[in-house]
Amino acid sequence: MSEPHRKHVIRALDENMRFDGRANDDYREIKIETDISGTAEGSAKVTIGDTVVIAGVKLSLEKPYPDTANKGNFMMNAELLPLSSNSFETGPPSIGAIELARVVDRSIRESGSINMEDLCVEPGEKVWMIICDVCSINNAGNIFDAASIAAVAALKHARFPTLDGDVIDYKKRTDKKLPMKDTPLAITVWKIGDKIIVDPLLAEQEVFDARLTVASRGDGSVCALQKGGTYPLTEEDVGIMVDIALKKAKQVRKQIEAAVKG
Amino acid sequence: MSEIFVENRQVVVPGEVLADGMDYLPGQGAYRSGDSIIANKIGLVSIDGRAIKLISLAGRYLPKEGDIIIAKVKDVGMGSWRMDVNSAYTAMLPVKDATSDFVPKGDDISELMKVGESVLCKITNVTTQKLIDLNMRGPGLHKLPEGQIINVNCNKVPRIIGKQGSMVMMIKEKTGCNVLVGQNGLIWLAGSPQGEVIAVNTIKMIERYAHVSGLTDIIKLHLEKVCEGLNLPAAEELNTNSLRLSSGRGGGSSSGPRRFGGRDNYNQGGQRPRRYNGPPRGARQ
Amino acid sequence: MSKYTKRFDGRKMDELRPIEAKVGVIAEADGSAYFKIGKTSAYAAVYGPRELHPKFMQNPKCGLLRCNYNMMPFSGMGNRVRPGPNRRAKEISLVTASALKPVVDLSNYPNAVVDVYIELPQTDAGSRCAGICAASLALADAGITMKDMVAAAAVGMVGDQVVVDLDYHEEQPGDGLEAVDIPIAVIPSTGEITLLQMDGIISKEDLMKAVAAGKKACLVVNEIQKKALQKKYADLTKEATQIVGKPTAKASKKKTEVEGEANE
Repeated sequence: MSEPHRKHVIRALDENMRFDGRANDDYREIKIETDISGTAEGSAKVTIGDTVVIAGVKLSLEKPYPDTANKGNFMMNAELLPLSSNSFETGPPSIGAIELARVVDRSIRESGSINMEDLCVEPGEKVWMIICDVCSINNAGNIFDAASIAAVAALKHARFPTLDGDVIDYKKRTDKKLPMKDTPLAITVWKIGDKIIVDPLLAEQEVFDARLTVASRGDGSVCALQKGGTYPLTEEDVGIMVDIALKKAKQVRKQIEAAVKG
Repeated sequence: MSEIFVENRQVVVPGEVLADGMDYLPGQGAYRSGDSIIANKIGLVSIDGRAIKLISLAGRYLPKEGDIIIAKVKDVGMGSWRMDVNSAYTAMLPVKDATSDFVPKGDDISELMKVGESVLCKITNVTTQKLIDLNMRGPGLHKLPEGQIINVNCNKVPRIIGKQGSMVMMIKEKTGCNVLVGQNGLIWLAGSPQGEVIAVNTIKMIERYAHVSGLTDIIKLHLEKVCEGLNLPAAEELNTNSLRLSSGRGGGSSSGPRRFGGRDNYNQGGQRPRRYNGPPRGARQ
Repeated sequence: MSKYTKRFDGRKMDELRPIEAKVGVIAEADGSAYFKIGKTSAYAAVYGPRELHPKFMQNPKCGLLRCNYNMMPFSGMGNRVRPGPNRRAKEISLVTASALKPVVDLSNYPNAVVDVYIELPQTDAGSRCAGICAASLALADAGITMKDMVAAAAVGMVGDQVVVDLDYHEEQPGDGLEAVDIPIAVIPSTGEITLLQMDGIISKEDLMKAVAAGKKACLVVNEIQKKALQKKYADLTKEATQIVGKPTAKASKKKTEVEGEANE
């Protein structure tokens, strides 16, 4: 990206007046809607400003892994669809999509929010496998956070299908939710020059130096971290960024919980 | 009997029948099928006597000779830059059309302009295969300094500029921003951060509501409201002289190095054709 | 052959499921649409005309129309659909492009490409038709020169009855009934057919009856498509006239009043 453009972004951040009028630590408007796909066991659509992301949860019965015979399984997948941006291509997941999926995966898995033993149907033989797919619909920056919010909202919205012996009847849904007692959330904080921001626009994402994704649980404990970008962070940076992420996660968590109630 | 089914400034969609009968003629955006005149894109009806044409509401930029546009350097070649002009086609800007300085062949021209930098320039030629020639040596053409470049639908540019520039003038005065509008839908602006936010918002509003009549008044009132009480500093006048490309070497011949070869030289690296220096030394005449 | 006198969901034999169509739903794209029929929904986005890579695909006489149809992993009726290239999706992408090409004019864009991406969040039969309807809307929204839109619907037979817009249940009716599934796409102004596929066993007479019913259904769909495009601009006009009535919105610290403000 060109120097003049980068300087201009930093100048705006210096005055705490970003290109869309927000302050450095402001989010654009976040909207969460559940039940947007009847074929998914759980689904959600999240918009942050103009960025739109959809997540869907599918449940299936599998044989457990040999070393966790009485535990179910969970997997995250992310699709950066070419539908959502001029710069995404068809084909196998890019490294960006893979990183996104794995970071959101760890944020949920490491939080211990899902009780994997409760997913066991028959030890050693049958366990529930939860797969959550996140698909980008419009990329206007910050797909990271939108993906995390959508995944968690979809998981919370999910209900088990009916199990008739060995056969799953996907058309008959039960009222039973997934055994997920917490609301883990991954919030990404970005550094441009010496300024720290959240919820970047595309123009800001193009010139970032480093980012830190901080996943946290409802009790404010950190459960996953991922530093991205090719520039280093200082210890002080990390402290500031974790603080911001925890504060934002708390606010967004309330919104998710309101959206999935009932 | 001829019959017209639409009014001026009505929004019509592809396949919509605009008129019946041979009294009417299809203009831009319309075609005749049997007796009917039908729209072939989404647009605003514009009736001019017997001709019915459409003003486009959408569609990507098609480069046109004479257009003043904003272009961004995509690649630095040997003696020319490959430029992104916000369309399906890339353009070439040879160094001799970019600066009056003498630039020896083989010099690294990225010292003059790097990848990612942008310029205000003119399209001097478009071939049938849509190969584009650019020139930034004319009056008012120059490199773009630090600022924001936003992308709007090129069909809305006339609205954003306004009658004799009145709309863009209004934005500049109220927000204190310098604004340069490219025909290709790229708009450069620079001012105070707050001024820029208002300018960008306003331009996006004009883009959104371009088809609405009475838009000028709506925008005027909106700007007055939003800028009320704000003390927006006016941006510095653009010193276009300092924005001309210059290697500091000083001027050479006013026409620049002689250029050989035709328009067929658009390979990846943008190479200039090899100069013919006469017959090899020692060759018999 | 068993009789099918009442449709599973109570619709009339020539009745389409409820349709929802919206245009301009993906801001980054040059044109976009959302099309939902019954429980089948599709997003379509158009990017282009833009530069075409790889170069060997470029056509110096006119632009290329390229379609990519894809089901989201959670959009299948039962198990998860593994993401990635699959033969069914590739074929649907091909017939979708063939269905749209006859109306699109890209002669002004040599060597360029118009990419159409179709993604389905949920499906309940009729997905390729929903995709074509969404794609057609998205192309119009993108300002592509097209002599008309294309409308599509799945017609067919259940038992000895011609029906319009089969849902998943009707495709596999059981109860001794056999089904025939005929996706069809039509250019509304001329009635020409640009997509025609069939699965099942059918007599020629019944086939022609079904095609006639399909053409009629497509005209109904087209009316909804046209309304969706018009509505985008009508809504914007309404929005514009309401701007001046709004309270002063200063550029600093833009406050959003809707719930979900993540800032304190």
